[in-house]
Amino acid sequence: MNHRSPDAPSDRAPRRRRRGGEQPMVPRAEFGSYYGKPILNPPVWAAADVGGYLFFGGLAGASAVIAAGARLTGRPRLARISATGAAGAGLVSFAALIHDLGRPDRFLNMLRVLKPTSPMSVGTWVLGPFVPLAGVAAASALTGRFRWLGSLAGTGAAVLGPAVSAYTGALIANTAVPAWHDAHRELPFVFTASSAAAAGGLGLFAPTAESAPARVLAVAGAGGELLAFERMRHRMGLTAEPYGSGRAGRLIKAGTALSVAGALGAVLGRRSRLASAASGAALLAASLCTRLGIFHGGVASAEDPKYTVVPQRERLRAAADDDS
Amino acid sequence: MTLFSHHPNDPAGSADPAGSVGSVGSADPAGAVGYGEHPPRMGFFTDTSVCIGCKACEVACKEWNAVPADALDLTGMSYDNTGGLGADNWRHVAFIEQRRPLGSARTGVSHDDVDVLALAEQGSGTPPEQAPMTPTSPPTDRPPQPDGRTELRWLMASDVCKHCTEAACLDVCPTGSLFRTEFGTVVVQEDICNGCGYCIPACPYGVIDQRKDDGRAWKCTMCYDRLGAGMEPACAKACPTDSIQYGPLDELRERADARLATLHDAGVDDARLYGRDPTDGVGGDGAFFLLLDEPETYGLPPDPIVTTRDLPSMWRRVGLAAGALAAAAVAAFVTTRRSR
Repeated sequence: MNHRSPDAPSDRAPRRRRRGGEQPMVPRAEFGSYYGKPILNPPVWAAADVGGYLFFGGLAGASAVIAAGARLTGRPRLARISATGAAGAGLVSFAALIHDLGRPDRFLNMLRVLKPTSPMSVGTWVLGPFVPLAGVAAASALTGRFRWLGSLAGTGAAVLGPAVSAYTGALIANTAVPAWHDAHRELPFVFTASSAAAAGGLGLFAPTAESAPARVLAVAGAGGELLAFERMRHRMGLTAEPYGSGRAGRLIKAGTALSVAGALGAVLGRRSRLASAASGAALLAASLCTRLGIFHGGVASAEDPKYTVVPQRERLRAAADDDS
Repeated sequence: MTLFSHHPNDPAGSADPAGSVGSVGSADPAGAVGYGEHPPRMGFFTDTSVCIGCKACEVACKEWNAVPADALDLTGMSYDNTGGLGADNWRHVAFIEQRRPLGSARTGVSHDDVDVLALAEQGSGTPPEQAPMTPTSPPTDRPPQPDGRTELRWLMASDVCKHCTEAACLDVCPTGSLFRTEFGTVVVQEDICNGCGYCIPACPYGVIDQRKDDGRAWKCTMCYDRLGAGMEPACAKACPTDSIQYGPLDELRERADARLATLHDAGVDDARLYGRDPTDGVGGDGAFFLLLDEPETYGLPPDPIVTTRDLPSMWRRVGLAAGALAAAAVAAFVTTRRSR
């Protein structure tokens, strides 16, 4: 009667392989759906706004940290570039978030509540103070006036910066979108590493005499991002598939290539400001590509019922196996 | 506006002073968010085995809630030209044509002993003990299958917001626009919603969506304005076969269990309840279903889990990742000297 009768042993997937092979989950050829329509309503966020925000928010957060470090260690030119980057990217982030609202004039309703169950709410309350602090720090760094106020604000921004970079991992992972939610273990690390690579990349525009810390952070970030992403993809199995195909796949591949090139260039071209800046630009582009790729991969996974149905079926089957 | 006033009255005229009834094991989402004295949790039980696909629920919902018309599309999906739930469809009737017999059902069942006028009078408030003998129950003896005929069954099911016990949309809403009512349902306050869109990918069922020209998120309110006045939701009121039943959730679950047993006894082995289990991934649905095939056949996720359950671990990892970034930055500055 049931076309996938639970007591027909023949089509049962064999017990999962003992050791973690290539894929923890073998995609099944067929699955039920309603005329192939998606189960989820895909995100309505614009890629330029929210995908872009993932990049700019990360860049802003990590740049604020570099700016504070540069100021404390007497690297004024690096401090100026990073502080300006933090403020500029922070402003762009804020603008993108407000622009993406269905009712931008109601932005202030975000401040009615602070809900720990809503990463967007928490993020608003972190980004809210971050942007003005980064702005004051940048204004002071650029004009050289009110230095004590600038360094106070910059320290505040540096304290909030890592949170600004990291929380976006929870923001998109806390959804039913398969390629985002299944990535929830690694996504914050992918994002902070990507932020470090981007902000380090921006710092590489500073004179080579001052850019050494940015270079270290950029290379470490690029490496960390690649490692965390590969680990994530490996663990996810089926739901990571959208990251390897279509527009998301192209963006991720471009991001990886730019990342490797940027990191190599940052190391090999460390004596040349021009080569360093080119490497920095490559790392910035890499981070942008990766973020947009993750954004598009998530949307693609929500638009295909396979990524919703198959893993849930797999889970039910595993639970049934455990019971028996 | 009636939308925000609280009516501590008995919502369903026929319901007994519930709250005392079978509250053991059943979640009390309204109480959990701070309502003191509140009506029992109300819900929908949609019995798809008696749905005739008339779409009266879709129409009644649109009429009552002033939901805009959307494009008249011919989808080619049987009689379904609605497509799915979204901002402008809060009820959606699915049509699935299958080459399979519907259990051992047959036509020509005698209903001579059923007083249809009395049944009509009692509306959707069928007492649980009477639920097994609705006029459309298949016979309990097992008749032979007709020979030489192509078996066809036509599944119809009216989908709706599940009003989850653990509602992802409500959890992620950054404005507090989505809230839990005193009836345990989940409602969007349209004067608060700023269209951030977070609830849309958060919903594991694909229910809530953005109205494009309006920017805000919309979904079923379980006719909150009618509930407050002690009336049943428009869809349940309009349903001519009582496929959509409205009432206190405890009572609906009891009724559904009885109906399931009847169908199994009648040989409809495919019958199953969906969203009834309070221990499932969303703590049980406030609107649950009796289905005749796997959930995904109807466009429903087979095992949805509210992602808020993973959020504490996500926050921990966000903390670790942020700490790692800070530590890496400190290390980067400590290990590099001022100039080379």
